[in-house]
Amino acid sequence: MPTINPADTAWMLVSTALVLLMTPALAFFYGGLVRNKNSLNTMMMSFVALGVVGVTWALAAYSLAFADGGPLLGGLANLGLAGVGTEAKGTIPHVLFMAFQGTFAIITAALISGAVVERMRFGPYVAFISLWTLLVYAPVAHWVWGGGWLMSRGVLDFAGGTVVHINAGVSALVAAMVLGSRKDYGRQAVLPHSVPFTLLGAGLLWFGWFGFNGGSALAASELAGLAFSNTFLAPMATLVVWTLLDYFRTGRATAVGAATGIVVGLVAITPAAGFVSPGSALLLGAVAALPSYLAIALRSRTRIDDSLDVFAGHGVGGLTGALLTGMLAQKVWNPAGADGLLFGNPTQLGLQALGCLSAALYAGVMTFVILKALSLVTALRVVPRTEGVGMDVSQHGEEAYASGEGSILVPPELAILPEPVPAFTPQVASR
Amino acid sequence: MKLIVAIIRPDRLNEVLEALYRAEVRGLTVSRVLGHGGETERVETYRGTTVKVDLQEKIRLEIGVSDSFVDVTIKAVLASARTGDVGDGKVFVLDVEQVYRIRTGEKNEAAVTPPETVGA
Repeated sequence: MPTINPADTAWMLVSTALVLLMTPALAFFYGGLVRNKNSLNTMMMSFVALGVVGVTWALAAYSLAFADGGPLLGGLANLGLAGVGTEAKGTIPHVLFMAFQGTFAIITAALISGAVVERMRFGPYVAFISLWTLLVYAPVAHWVWGGGWLMSRGVLDFAGGTVVHINAGVSALVAAMVLGSRKDYGRQAVLPHSVPFTLLGAGLLWFGWFGFNGGSALAASELAGLAFSNTFLAPMATLVVWTLLDYFRTGRATAVGAATGIVVGLVAITPAAGFVSPGSALLLGAVAALPSYLAIALRSRTRIDDSLDVFAGHGVGGLTGALLTGMLAQKVWNPAGADGLLFGNPTQLGLQALGCLSAALYAGVMTFVILKALSLVTALRVVPRTEGVGMDVSQHGEEAYASGEGSILVPPELAILPEPVPAFTPQVASR
Repeated sequence: MKLIVAIIRPDRLNEVLEALYRAEVRGLTVSRVLGHGGETERVETYRGTTVKVDLQEKIRLEIGVSDSFVDVTIKAVLASARTGDVGDGKVFVLDVEQVYRIRTGEKNEAAVTPPETVGA
């Protein structure tokens, strides 16, 4: 009979709060990278996930991911949180485990938004991330963590390199292609409106990531200490290499580059955090800078408007991390893990590749299907005219930096709100 | 020579600049202004506070051109700034008494677009 361990519970309480903070952090990271007129909408795309993805998780997705089921999908035993009480799940209360895992679902869905910013209508976006959580996140989480087929084959994913980052990265790439590029993409300079926001977001993401990786030990254990320290080390190495790449390529170390480097390092160490030595974490972080740096450089030459480079950062970063896990993992550091290619077990690399490939394929196909299905019911993006005006005013009726000049206060008794724009009927041309 | 003052939508600025560049109109001044041209006002809500945004952000372009460039410039602005909705803005054409280029002290026609006829 499993019993609850107070120390483990205390650490997981903190970890859950840390990971939840990553979604507002992502809002700042993304919000700084877009134009002033779209900054609220971009931030709301992350914030709204706290609501709809969280609720979807509690009502159904948690059960599909973690209740006992088959190799492909969990069961229905925990639908609507049925049977999720304070009894022990491992060494922590079951309901806390549900909350901890829920924070992962939320940020994973929010990550995708970076590929569709500045053009996707808010209603369809909300519908998309809800369906995506149910149809893509829950199954893939089940495969890797919930007792599904990848887990039973021995694929290693400590904190979500495959489940979170490859999953979101590939979905983002497909979403960007289905949506099409922004009207200004490749035609005029689209610059970040607040680089300080982006740096703030990167810093808060790192802070939250200690819960993401450290908490994935699900205990206040030696393993948590290892994962925590690796999360401390790897992004440092990535930051150094990224900055050097920036310096040698352009002659200057850029702030946006530094913020991106930190996130890529965090992404790459995620699958490996509890399986590799601290020295390997440094190496992994350093190596991981190269593929993502290259992917960003190449992507911006294409017509694919993955606006905030979710694929290059999270897809490629997650892939690099997952494969390097298959090379650098050591049983000496985590007996529950496996040895990697460099430690005499070449099959682990193949297993890692299988995990990456199957998650990427499934996420890509399902994202395409969900978006195409939604597009039959409603327009996914705003008309070009509205793109010009900006998403803050058109989607939310607010401005990020309203001066108030020229605004007339409407007394509450006279306030006649504008006709709400129907979220799911084909839009009127002027909106 | 004339001074052409155009009030346009901020989100058309890039298109207008591109059109003016293609028409070889060089030299202009851009300012951010607030204005109102009869478009339906926008309503914004912040918590319980509802406001009507009566003055919209607009861009004012001031372009000094020689007589031969007046039509070219107007055409370029009209074509590139138009969306067809209320609020597209206006183009005013004003007579100019005198113009001096500060750097050289050149006067009138020599001091406005087209620049390449000067000193060539």
